[in-house]
Amino acid sequence: MTALARSIDAPTRTVFASTALLLIVAGVCLPQFFSSAYLLQQLHTAAFLGIVAAGAMLVILLGHIDLSVPWTMTAAATFSTAYVSAAGGGLPGEVGVLVGLVIGASVGLINGVGVAVLRIPSMIWTLAVDTMARGACVYYAGQYVVKSQPALLMQWAGQGKLFGTVPVAVVLWGLLSILVALALKKSLFGRYLYPIGASETVAYLSGVPTRRVIVAAFVASGMCSALAGMVLAGYANQAYQNMGEPYLLPGIAAVVLGGTSIAGGKGNYAGTVAGVLLITLVGSILSVLQVPEAARQITYGLIILAMLAFYSRR
Amino acid sequence: MNHLRNRLASCGAALLAWSALAILLIGYFAVHPRGLTIDSLSIWSNQVVALAFVAMGQAIVVFSRGLDLSIGAIFALSNCLASVLVNGTPFEIALGILAVLGAGAACGLLNGVVVVFGRIQAIIATIATGAIFTGLALIVRPIPGGAVDEALSDFFTYDYFGLLPASLVLLAGAGALLWWPVKSGLIGRAIMAAGSQPQSAYMSGLPVHRARVAAFVLAGIFASLGGLFLGLQTLSGDANGGIPYTLNSIAAVVLGGTSLAGGSGSLIGVFAGAAIIRTLGGLLFFTGISPLAQPFIQGAILCIAVAIGSLRLLRVRNRLEVYR
Repeated sequence: MTALARSIDAPTRTVFASTALLLIVAGVCLPQFFSSAYLLQQLHTAAFLGIVAAGAMLVILLGHIDLSVPWTMTAAATFSTAYVSAAGGGLPGEVGVLVGLVIGASVGLINGVGVAVLRIPSMIWTLAVDTMARGACVYYAGQYVVKSQPALLMQWAGQGKLFGTVPVAVVLWGLLSILVALALKKSLFGRYLYPIGASETVAYLSGVPTRRVIVAAFVASGMCSALAGMVLAGYANQAYQNMGEPYLLPGIAAVVLGGTSIAGGKGNYAGTVAGVLLITLVGSILSVLQVPEAARQITYGLIILAMLAFYSRR
Repeated sequence: MNHLRNRLASCGAALLAWSALAILLIGYFAVHPRGLTIDSLSIWSNQVVALAFVAMGQAIVVFSRGLDLSIGAIFALSNCLASVLVNGTPFEIALGILAVLGAGAACGLLNGVVVVFGRIQAIIATIATGAIFTGLALIVRPIPGGAVDEALSDFFTYDYFGLLPASLVLLAGAGALLWWPVKSGLIGRAIMAAGSQPQSAYMSGLPVHRARVAAFVLAGIFASLGGLFLGLQTLSGDANGGIPYTLNSIAAVVLGGTSLAGGSGSLIGVFAGAAIIRTLGGLLFFTGISPLAQPFIQGAILCIAVAIGSLRLLRVRNRLEVYR
């Protein structure tokens, strides 16, 4: 037990503790917070952000950032659902999921090549790529009458419930989380992320194929964005403009709240999960309390600041 | 001769940005249906100035090796405040302008204190403060609207003596008044030094902390000038208009030849960067390219422009220099 406690680092414990505390306080005031239906619904909401944050974390560990999340999500959702409606549903339509993933991987590849090979700062390069992805979506949406029809697989992932209770999106997020956590702990790719984030020069001199690892991390991030976009399209039954915008900054915030250093080289995946849960829970409590949007933004900002100030005390 | 060469090298990127802007401008006024008149020039300048203010503020933070992701939110908050405060009697208007600029400075001060003394990374700290500023802007103006004094608006959005666009004069004047005295003083040197070699600057006894806070405060003031100008231009306020300005300001900083690693660059170059972004949009509009294709072309040009910087890799002799 103590070994387990030690293996979870301080920020992760702090975020988990604050999440639990918040839930208990909320539950004492309003008993509905303890109902399993409410908790599952929160997990369902958290799943979309969680999938985005999983990809964002891989890139942030490298000391880079992926600002192309919003329109990668939207592009994957738009083109995959358009493919499904063009294919007329059925089995051929399910290929649409692959189309979305390929789009995500290609955007990630462009990001990765720009950052790792052309050495353009990720902050500006992924922003430029995001602008292009937006341009592609706008052009396509204006040129053709876009019918947005999610594949059955996407609908199932977005809306379905296992045994009538557990949302499939949550299971998907869980599986992805296990995969990412294992990759970070056991795979060469995951282990390489840390030294590259700490110092790419030293990693390169130690024989780490830094370029390939960076490109791979961006491709993984792009595919996570695409996955989130498609599951969200399945949930909403369509792709829509600006569907990705609300996930960019909260995704980064969740990763950093979980104790991953934005400068790279430090962080663990459990913290990211905790960060996602905390952000989702805060949002949900504020909306249950029917707090106006203005106060919600302010509280949200204050909580992130307070948590970060707490870490930097250590 | 050597001196001249050094000067050229240090502002080479800015010169490149200005050359690109010059070419774009020739194209812009060539395809402009009214050609180059003082009216079309004023309209062009009005389109550029709000973004230029925000980008120049962003650049000062970038000089000190920081980044302000809340700058669009400060811009939007100032815009909302202007739509409430900047009207009425001349005295009320003057007070209103002071209040708007003061709010910008206060936001910048909060950013600076949180980043420098709270020791939180600027990227993430300003995401959080940005949410706070957006919330405040929503309190000031829950839905877009409001009013800004029209006489003041006319004074700053037309031209002077049929020669100079008023907004350009405002931008140049405010930029010179705010940045020149700082730049040549101790704080300005410390801002640049903090961006270039933070440890050495600190060990040399430069006021690095104060300089970094000052950079954020200046950014807040520049952002609020931008928000005020948008208010003059649109005669209203909008709490949600900030995010594109944050992102475009970073793009303008890079296009203007300022390295995101800090320590180098110039506001003159950054102005060119902001102007390039806006001129490109206008140019595509007038050339009659399908409006639907314009965002894509704009994005592609932005990609190519930032990729040009990587040509320097061809000159790198030692592989290790690449990884710095």
